Amino acid sequence: MEFGLAVILLLALVALIVMGPLRRPGQLERRDEARRAELEAAKEAKYREIRDAELDRRMGKLSEADWRATDRELRAEAVEILRELDKLR
Amino acid sequence: MAGVGSACLVVALLGAVYAAGASLYGVRAGRAEFVASGRRAIYCMAGLLACAMGLLEAAFLRSDFSFAVVAEASSTDTPTFYKVTAMWATQDGSLLLWAFLLTVFASAVLYVTRRSLRAIAPYATAVLAVVAGFFLLLMVAWENPFSTLTRAPVEGNGLNPLLRHPAMMVHPPLLYTGYVGFSIPFAFAIGALVTRRTGADWIRVTRRFALVAWTFLGAGIMLGALWSYTELGWGGYWAWDPVENASLMPWLVGTAFLHSIMVQEKRGMLKVWNVSLVCGTFALALLGTFLVRSGILDSIHAFGASTIGVQFLTFIALVCVVSVGLIISRLPDLRSEARLDSLLSREAFFLLNNLVLLGLALVIFWGTFFPLISEALTGHKASVGPPWFDRLATPLALVLVLLAGIGPVVAWRRITPRNLRRALLLPLAATGTALLALLALTNAADSPPSLAMFCFVAFVLGVVAQEFWRGARARRVMTGEPLPRALLRLAGRNRRRYGGYLVHAGIAVLFLGVAASSAFVQQRDVRLRPGQSARIGDYRVTYQRATADLGADRAGTGAPISIGAVLRVRKGDERTRMLPARNFYPARDASQGPIGPISQFFEGEANSEVDLRWGLRRDFWTAIRPDTTSLVPIARRLDARLAGAGTEAQARAVAALTEVYRRDPPPAAFRLIVSPLVAWIWIGGGIAVLGALVAMWPSPEARLRRVTSTYAARLGRELSRA
Repeated sequence: MEFGLAVILLLALVALIVMGPLRRPGQLERRDEARRAELEAAKEAKYREIRDAELDRRMGKLSEADWRATDRELRAEAVEILRELDKLR
Repeated sequence: MAGVGSACLVVALLGAVYAAGASLYGVRAGRAEFVASGRRAIYCMAGLLACAMGLLEAAFLRSDFSFAVVAEASSTDTPTFYKVTAMWATQDGSLLLWAFLLTVFASAVLYVTRRSLRAIAPYATAVLAVVAGFFLLLMVAWENPFSTLTRAPVEGNGLNPLLRHPAMMVHPPLLYTGYVGFSIPFAFAIGALVTRRTGADWIRVTRRFALVAWTFLGAGIMLGALWSYTELGWGGYWAWDPVENASLMPWLVGTAFLHSIMVQEKRGMLKVWNVSLVCGTFALALLGTFLVRSGILDSIHAFGASTIGVQFLTFIALVCVVSVGLIISRLPDLRSEARLDSLLSREAFFLLNNLVLLGLALVIFWGTFFPLISEALTGHKASVGPPWFDRLATPLALVLVLLAGIGPVVAWRRITPRNLRRALLLPLAATGTALLALLALTNAADSPPSLAMFCFVAFVLGVVAQEFWRGARARRVMTGEPLPRALLRLAGRNRRRYGGYLVHAGIAVLFLGVAASSAFVQQRDVRLRPGQSARIGDYRVTYQRATADLGADRAGTGAPISIGAVLRVRKGDERTRMLPARNFYPARDASQGPIGPISQFFEGEANSEVDLRWGLRRDFWTAIRPDTTSLVPIARRLDARLAGAGTEAQARAVAALTEVYRRDPPPAAFRLIVSPLVAWIWIGGGIAVLGALVAMWPSPEARLRRVTSTYAARLGRELSRA
């Protein structure tokens, strides 16, 4: 009795919460927002790589020539990400 | 209340089915509202399981023995502190804890990714729902923590005395949090494979969860070792026990994963490797959970024989088959985006580190399951002991520590031999100095592997110190900040890097303690009468007198009888008093015939109450095993004589018996241990956890950038803020 009643009540409560998005599909975020979030994450990761390379150069781990090549490549990739981000604006 | 608890589990199971179905339908049909609905179902599951946990905890706290698990693992005289933790001493309670933690983790990651990874996240939701659903199904169908007894006993069995230790309060939840946490990167890896989006997006989102899991699992292993050292009465912290090994294997493979995903993030390489590692880690985490509960391998840590072994093994097999199948079918999508530029590069050393970690995990796997393998092949259950593990694991651990030093000094892509020489100069000087000091001042040369480990530890610490110093100096040149501020800012702005270096330093310090305490430990087992003495190293230990306490054990475990000794320990002019004891708990198991109300205290379970003096240079550790066999026949005779005399008379008889022991104790067995540098194991573990916290702490940088202009200038401006 206690079990059955609890199942019914809990099911009703869960259904109320879970069905919420189905009643108002228009309120969901747009597809490009997801893409933007991914690009923002990629941008942060690329920035971190550029800073890492810079730190490595200053600490003498990367030679000047290697750093220049790496930095150029990473910045080009970062610019690509920024371009894509701006397209979504 | 049991009915409400069961209802929570049933509705959560239905929620899991719905979450998996709605997420898959939503992503396949392009109906985002169903994906959102599936996500909400996972949140609801977390809420339902939180309710279930609360209900069960309440039953433990009020000693409601109508609940089978409460009667099994608690009693009215179990201290409140341990009533709270008794839930995970049972199989049913462990399953509930696993499922609860999983849904909490799943909710957190799905909330974080609610606006990103739109293609992958629904599949990850489905995977997480299936995993949670499996655990819920186990509870609903076979091991319901809310099952009740038709006739509630007046008293419960009580918590296993071995588990009455503060470390045990948090050890299982930490371990389970670690196991469960690895389900997050696993679920997203499966999502990435299904959708063929095998880039680094899923890694960026789940890396922090993997790091949290790794940290918790590591901390759980450390606490388990501490419990073993201070509770089990044998004096060691690691015995290569199957259950210990079962927790170490996913940690090792998870460590490899955390390193190799950096290579994928930076270079787009090792994709097959990474998905394989995360699937392996998750399968090993499941295996670890199974081994603790199954009892299929003999272990001091295996608390109970499982009734769900077949189901568990089937699920583990399913995880392996699905993972391998998906990886093979997606091999073309998992091709590397770049090639290894040089063997003198960080990615090459990460790969080497991965191979060593995997080698170590493989050795441990083979040694752990050797009894089962040998039984299957020969019909005879043979096992390998600690010496076998030590022989194979020691060289691998040495290489691992060495690589922990080399890795940080090597740059991504390539480092020139000249730069490498320059970067290694100071650490090698530190290593040489340490070697000379050790040879001149200590007997470290008696154990060449330990000597090598000490040198490698010096090397790692030299590298880490140099990295902090050179980084701070470079920042000071760039910004003009004073050195201390430059150091703090440097670590704050590069948390992953410097947090990682701290972890390396912590692990090196931990190995320092392991090498010293395992190679140079001194141990003596002696039998002493009051007044007699024994020597161990520079220590002289005198057994002054016996102690016998009723209901007042030092650690507050609720032991009714605690029998021990007062020891006087002298080392030169230093004097100290130590009080090792052994706690006795009433026997609850009447399977060997009825046990009398008095003799139950002398024929039940007992555990050691170790006394130890911690020290940075060495620990002095003592345990006692009092000989109470002479009391047993007297107790049995008293049982017969006082059968109908009432509990008060019986309690007086128990008190009289312990007093007999205290006044005229027979010789007692003592274990005395002098263990050098063992405290550095715990200190190293603490440093590693601190480093992991630094590495996982979110960076504030992203919130600062709000500028738009031409790309190159914008890039320069945004980077300069860091």
